Amino acid sequence: MASDRRDDTAQGNAQHQQDLSRRKFLKNSGLLAGGLVGGGLFGGLLTGSLEKKEEKKKIATVKKESMVMEARQFFSRQHDFDVLTAATEQIFPEDEHGPGAIKLGVPYYIDKQLAGRWGINGRDYRHSPYAVKLDDTDKSAGPAGEQSILDRGDIFMLGLRKLDDESQKRFKIGFDEAEEEQQIEILQDFDDGKVAMNGVTSAEFFNLLLQATLEGAYSDPLYGGNKDMEGWKMKEFPGAQASYAGYIEQEEFKKLEPVSLRDYQGH
Amino acid sequence: MVKKLQKVDAVIVGSGWTGGIAAAELTKAGYNVVILERGGDKKHEDFVGTKDELRYSKRYDLMQDLNKTTITSRNSMDKEAIPVRNNSNARLGNHTGGAGNHWNGMAFRWLPYDFEIYSKTVERYGKGKIPKNSTMQDWGISYDELEPYYDKYEKTAGISGEENPIGPPRSDKYPNPPMKMTPTIRLFSEATKELGYHPYRIPSANNSQTYTNPDGEKINGCVYCAFCEEYGCDFGAKADPIGTVLATASKTGKLEIRNGANVNRVSHDGSKANGLVYTDITTGQEFEQPADLVVLAGFVFTNTQLLLTSKIGTPYNPATGQGIIGKNFTGHFNNLSTYIGARGFFEDKKFNNFMGTGGLGASIDDFSGDNEDHTDLDYLHGYEVHYSQLGTRPIAHNEVPDGTPRWGKEFKKQSLKYFNRNLFITAQSGFLPNKTTYMDLDPTYKDALGNPLLRVTVTYDQQDRNRAKAGVARCEEIMKQMGADDMHVDVVKDDIEFDHKFYTDHFFGGTIMGSDPSNSAVNTYSQMWDMDNLFVVGGSTFPHNSNYNPTVTIGAFAYRAAEGMIKFLKEGGNVAQAALETNA
Ligand SMILES: Cc1cc2nc3c(=O)[nH]c(=O)nc-3n(C[C@H](O)[C@H](O)[C@H](O)COP(=O)(O)OP(=O)(O)OC[C@H]3O[C@@H](n4cnc5c(N)ncnc54)[C@H](O)[C@@H]3O)c2cc1C
Ligand code: SF4
Repeated sequence: MASDRRDDTAQGNAQHQQDLSRRKFLKNSGLLAGGLVGGGLFGGLLTGSLEKKEEKKKIATVKKESMVMEARQFFSRQHDFDVLTAATEQIFPEDEHGPGAIKLGVPYYIDKQLAGRWGINGRDYRHSPYAVKLDDTDKSAGPAGEQSILDRGDIFMLGLRKLDDESQKRFKIGFDEAEEEQQIEILQDFDDGKVAMNGVTSAEFFNLLLQATLEGAYSDPLYGGNKDMEGWKMKEFPGAQASYAGYIEQEEFKKLEPVSLRDYQGH
Repeated sequence: MVKKLQKVDAVIVGSGWTGGIAAAELTKAGYNVVILERGGDKKHEDFVGTKDELRYSKRYDLMQDLNKTTITSRNSMDKEAIPVRNNSNARLGNHTGGAGNHWNGMAFRWLPYDFEIYSKTVERYGKGKIPKNSTMQDWGISYDELEPYYDKYEKTAGISGEENPIGPPRSDKYPNPPMKMTPTIRLFSEATKELGYHPYRIPSANNSQTYTNPDGEKINGCVYCAFCEEYGCDFGAKADPIGTVLATASKTGKLEIRNGANVNRVSHDGSKANGLVYTDITTGQEFEQPADLVVLAGFVFTNTQLLLTSKIGTPYNPATGQGIIGKNFTGHFNNLSTYIGARGFFEDKKFNNFMGTGGLGASIDDFSGDNEDHTDLDYLHGYEVHYSQLGTRPIAHNEVPDGTPRWGKEFKKQSLKYFNRNLFITAQSGFLPNKTTYMDLDPTYKDALGNPLLRVTVTYDQQDRNRAKAGVARCEEIMKQMGADDMHVDVVKDDIEFDHKFYTDHFFGGTIMGSDPSNSAVNTYSQMWDMDNLFVVGGSTFPHNSNYNPTVTIGAFAYRAAEGMIKFLKEGGNVAQAALETNA
């Protein structure tokens, strides 16, 4: 394992990374994220088996790749964040069309959102009784998650740890270290509601994770995701344009350079 | 201790379109008005530079914050209701301007049929056609009587539109020409024409050009920025209460908008309203604002809840059919009467889907209301089918052809490919009132101030499902004609039930109007039968839901109500009866 990493980073160039299997890439990036947070201080601990020189190179590579200004607000345990990172990358993987969740900054986007009002359901009605037992025949009822006493931060913590437990149980390895197919298998079972959880169904957790991943890929870069508007570029969405009055009647597809709120409000 | 304030001429709950219209007309007529608005202060300046999908569409920044109060919901009378806890299930108005800040601006009139639905149905099909469980009734007013008020609202808001070839008669044309014609609207229009239908551009409150309304308020021309629905307008180009009626009222110097004022009840002596009791949410202090005239303009839920908690009128009892407050709740429900239809995927065509405005599109009325002969159909009322180009945004829009996984490699590939290669058309249908779809007070849940929450019970009738099915089938037909290579068509199952989503903001009933106090709460001037100086304005007074968006009709009735209020302040008494006597 460690030797994979060493090889990758020793090469140290982006071109080579693209040729690696996504499993390796994932692990690599997860590790890099960790190394970054630790910075010089804890870097040695997190990347224990690496030589100092290589570790520095790795961090340098990531810095160029946009994680540079980030630090965790919500997640205190590195491993939880690594599981989140791996899961979001499977939901929105890097491919020939462009970056995946990691490069877009999705894990950090989610970390920030969970640390804020959304993570504690600050806009929601939060009075008891909670979790009224819905009639089993009431298939149309809103998600029990909405009726749950758990807030979104709680649900993420429970869900990510359950992802990891499942991986340990099935494959004797942490979720973030598991093979791509193994990660997909587990995520699919969560999506299908097949994994038993307390207080929330695995499908509800997965839905939340999926929604948050898409938000991180496509919200304005001001929230920490959609790095360099790469999500928008892939989708040919031009962002916060002032006006389409000049083009809206035209038959041809209009390709425009995207505009972020930093550009727009900075006018 | 409730602190009593100085009396004013009129006090109004809510600063949306209805409260705003009442305030504008009353202040212009010289009366002092206080609006109590639970939400914060908003100005157009707040809307500048806020093209932020996450904040407004996903975190619902402009909508009612549910942490203080909400409603509870159930889909049959034998169930416990659950609170609507989350904005993804409710997008209601809040703040100065109410839902008028973040509406799309689709500005339809309703049909003559709508206002006289009971008599027109009996006349055309006989009494037997009316379903057993139905509580449909006439509104006590005809389209022709309402028409001048429609005209007035359209001129206030600068509605941009074109003559609907099969629409109801108009006394004047729209104050502004229709919005621009786009390639996708043309595609829809041509396809529907080829099928023999009568497309027309959706009338819109996104003004097609710079316009000054009769009160002297200027509305700018829309620049098609595509951040419209769920957003305040960056350019002052979408008619909203802030830029029109509230501005007009403010100019008179006779309006005070008190923000952070949550109204808890109407104070009254059984026959006369004395004022409104509210909590200042910054201090928790309770106040009574006395007034000669009291107006409830807090939208359907608040209007109904305040009458119930204040014990005004007789609560509706679904077991006996007696009572009126809470009766005839209807709406556009997500999984039944709107947002369902056909989505087409196109292989060789790429559209500028990300451009648009809130009210841009075209519609057909060939199946609206009673325009189609219902003799052989298993439902009453109808649906309008429209294509609208609102401007797709990337978080919300990840449509992929059926069979594509919802995440992972394949999903990413297809969602990127089809983002600008899919079009959706929807059938928005009427929903008719029934005995077991109503509102009352929840026995369990309370708001942050200790008031009982309003409980909503919605049961779908088979004819509502049948109507929805017919609408979706029509969408499929049209989408095929539009040349889609692949389609996703929504399925309306026979056992589909209400899904607790209050997402459309098109809700009605609870304080319905009529010409007879035995089956209505207010007269057609929105004046309570039981209490002359209490007016209840807005969708809560509508005895049923049409297949169109409601705000123009809400605005028209608000103008009529304002006329009634002024008449009442001058002459007193029941203004509808007075009008009848003068006409006789
Ligand atoms: C996203 C969206 C899009 C829409 N698009 C369209 C469209 O295209 N076409 C159309 O016709 N309609 C549309 N609508 C509906 C339209 O916005 C409403 O019909 C209209 O704004 C209703 O006006 P109102 O004055 O009755 O209520 P509101 O605008 O809801 O105003 C009520 C006000 O009362 C306040 N209030 C409520 N309770 C209290 C209380 N207890 N104390 C103090 N204040 C209180 C609220 O905060 C609010 O400001 C849309 C709605 C939404 C949410
Ligand atoms: S689309 Fe037009 S009306 Fe809507 S917000 Fe933009 S400029 Fe305003």
